[in-house]
Amino acid sequence: MAKLTLAVNGKSHEVDVDPEMPLLWLLRDELKMTGTKFGCGIAQCGACTVHIDGVPTRSCQTLVEDAVDSEIVTIEGVAGSEAKAVQDAWIKHDVPQCGYCQSGQVMSAVALLRDTPAPTDEDIDAGMSGNLCRCATYVRIRQAIKTAAETLKG
Amino acid sequence: MQFLFDKHNTATDITGADATRPTRRTILKSIGGVGAGLVLGTQLPTAAKADSGAAAVIKGEAGTAAFAPNAFIRIAPDSTVTVLIKHIEFGQGPYTGLTTLVAEELDADWSQMRAQSAPANTALYKNLLFGVQGTGGSTAMANSFEQMRKAGAAARAMLVEAAAKAWSVPADEITVSKGVIAHEGAGKTSTFGEFAEAAAKLAPPAEPFLKDPSEFVLIGTELPRLDSKAKSTGQAEFTIDADRPDMLTVLIQRPPVFGGKLKSFNDSETRKVPGVVDVKSLPRGVAVYAEGFWAAKKGRDALQVEWDESEAETRSTAEIVADYQKSAASTGQVVATAGDAEKVLANSGKTVDAEYIFPYLAHAPMETEDCLIEATDSGAKVWAGSQFPTLDQGAVAQTLGLRPEEVDLETLFAGGSFGRRATPVADIAYECATAVKAIDRKRPVKLIFTREDDIQGGFYRPMVVHRMKGAVDADGNISAWDHVVVGQSIMEGTPFESMMVDGVDPTLVEGARELPYAIPNRRVSFHKKSLAVPPLWWRSVGHTHNAYSTETFLDELFALGGKDPVEERLRLMGDKHQRLTGVLKAVAELADWGSAVPEGRARGVALHKSFNSYVAEIAEVSIDNDEGIPHVNKVWCAVDCGIAVNPDIIRAQMEGGIGYGLGHILYAGITLKNGRVQQSNFDTYRSLRINEMPEVEVAIVKSAASPTGVGEPGVPPIGPAVANAWAKLTGKRVRNLPFLPIDA
Repeated sequence: MAKLTLAVNGKSHEVDVDPEMPLLWLLRDELKMTGTKFGCGIAQCGACTVHIDGVPTRSCQTLVEDAVDSEIVTIEGVAGSEAKAVQDAWIKHDVPQCGYCQSGQVMSAVALLRDTPAPTDEDIDAGMSGNLCRCATYVRIRQAIKTAAETLKG
Repeated sequence: MQFLFDKHNTATDITGADATRPTRRTILKSIGGVGAGLVLGTQLPTAAKADSGAAAVIKGEAGTAAFAPNAFIRIAPDSTVTVLIKHIEFGQGPYTGLTTLVAEELDADWSQMRAQSAPANTALYKNLLFGVQGTGGSTAMANSFEQMRKAGAAARAMLVEAAAKAWSVPADEITVSKGVIAHEGAGKTSTFGEFAEAAAKLAPPAEPFLKDPSEFVLIGTELPRLDSKAKSTGQAEFTIDADRPDMLTVLIQRPPVFGGKLKSFNDSETRKVPGVVDVKSLPRGVAVYAEGFWAAKKGRDALQVEWDESEAETRSTAEIVADYQKSAASTGQVVATAGDAEKVLANSGKTVDAEYIFPYLAHAPMETEDCLIEATDSGAKVWAGSQFPTLDQGAVAQTLGLRPEEVDLETLFAGGSFGRRATPVADIAYECATAVKAIDRKRPVKLIFTREDDIQGGFYRPMVVHRMKGAVDADGNISAWDHVVVGQSIMEGTPFESMMVDGVDPTLVEGARELPYAIPNRRVSFHKKSLAVPPLWWRSVGHTHNAYSTETFLDELFALGGKDPVEERLRLMGDKHQRLTGVLKAVAELADWGSAVPEGRARGVALHKSFNSYVAEIAEVSIDNDEGIPHVNKVWCAVDCGIAVNPDIIRAQMEGGIGYGLGHILYAGITLKNGRVQQSNFDTYRSLRINEMPEVEVAIVKSAASPTGVGEPGVPPIGPAVANAWAKLTGKRVRNLPFLPIDA
């Protein structure tokens, strides 16, 4: 066990945990931020995607001790024009079915649009193929990202 | 279709609860009485809830309702209308759809509507097609269409009667529109909330008046889903998110082979892991109790367990397939017959003899299996993504020695299911209850499956082998068809066995037994296999493999006879199957079947009726050069599911069904090596990704028939449509699934 300080959604958190605990379980079980989901535990599905220093990262494969000096942003704290555009587009297109993977999808989509404001289909494939959706809402994820990109263009 | 558990148990005494035990039921009876009073007397849930802009899935108490005309509707003084939804929401849209039905007949404004999960209560909330409370078989809309409309219509009539009394005007002069009650002559308008209390004192109408479909205002429109906002912002609460003070997380180490039993275990290393609280032997494995998932996982990894495999399934897939193939070589129990297929086949020159192998498939819902149970003063409280609340409630009650009504079950959103949460043995709730019992109910327990537990845990779409023989005559017409299906029964040995007639499990032969095509000589038979790998319904169940085998074999015979796949299907169906021919014509028109296809691509078509809905799909495929399997560029889909309550949700289900079906026929299969499942996670049990998802275009065929299901029927046609396109493109008939061979 180790006493560590983590910056999550702009707030500092003192924790006393196994430093090798994946960030996912720190967020969920210790900080009670359950918007970030467990799907596979081996960085195959993307349900646990958070932003670490702005980079979309699988929190199930990120050790807590490796995240101490970073800015962590989760679905609970994601904000800004891209986040608003993405979430509005998600609602407009009624993207979610079961909804379980969608926190991760949104986090990946926000990062994609920050990086690539006008993504092509290939950009969307590259940016989003790490996020599984077993309901296969992919048609709408693609549409919603394009809608969000249009919104951001203004 | 009816699930009457007459053979084994009734829906309630499946729990085995001791009927003589005095319980809280007596108390409830004394305060509740019957009818609406009882409804108000029972505890209201705080389960999964949804909203739309203002309308939503709500959380918290709907108990402030001033007006509860029936089990489904709560109207609050602020005029919000909360609809209690008896079906689980795991993506197919019942929260939105069933709320629409109520709002329609109530003439409510959409913004005042709320949806909330109904508690487990079989008497009030049973699936009218099952006889138990449960979701499955794409029945949510079908069994609720009239029930929910009547609930809305009854509430409307009572509000109108209350207004008529207050305003001293005839009730039939009062109008209701978008949540406003009005009498033009008297110059009066009012909200639902204002008359909620007065309406609550009136008797509900015996037979509420329902609108003619031509009068529908909301049904048929694309109302936004009530749960989209919560699910796009991380706010939606799933079982894995549920938390209770003092709660322990439990992971169970289960046998590595199906039918394996615990011999012994050593937990000395496990108990050294910080956060591990206890280790117990349970009927289905060894449970590690810990403060949080990570400690439970580390603790479980440190367990040393010995298993008794003497009665386990320890064969490898190849051996099981060989056994099935041997059976498939002979005719089984016949379920359909016409003419003399055997004789015609023996005397035909142009024949095809084909064998199909379908692997076990895991459902792999994004949220793995989980359940939270807390012992309470009056019994137990369960939070779960419960697909069969009656069975889950019963299993918990039986395990903990309670009556079903002492188990308060709250259904939360579930992160997918595809059938996995609908086990007849209620395995998830049962395991969680055994874990609670093993620590003398001292602390709340949340059971979580890892992805490996999910993929390797059984309850699969059964492995199935088909043997098909067919012949075409001199004119190229199909003259004979002999179809043998070999696989496990899903229903046998479960409460659902009562649905089996003459030993036929309909889930094994559905979609193969009843072909819409006029084939003069046809025989369909099956062999039932028994092994320790637990089978389960998997999105569209028997139709998954029967649509594939029949629709690809048909295509093969058409090719042999030189027939066009669309024209010949239409000819063989004649005028007897108008809804099937309707969707086939619609999809052919949508895709402009027969027009030029881009270089390097080919198209295939398939259609299938399942769960009383009719779906035809055309797939356009090219070759994925990296993997040598199809890349599906586009899918056109036509569906007839009766009255389209919410066209956008229907389209979403077709898109999702196509993606789910496609990912599995291309990539997925569960294989055994010496009884051990060779796949463990999404690295080895591959799932469709966004770059592999085709463009999808959906046409909804207009229909005045009562609504039928959409959750499953989009799945069956995609496999054969892709396979038929692939055969056209490459000449290869893929009969051993998945397309991408599994390394085993």
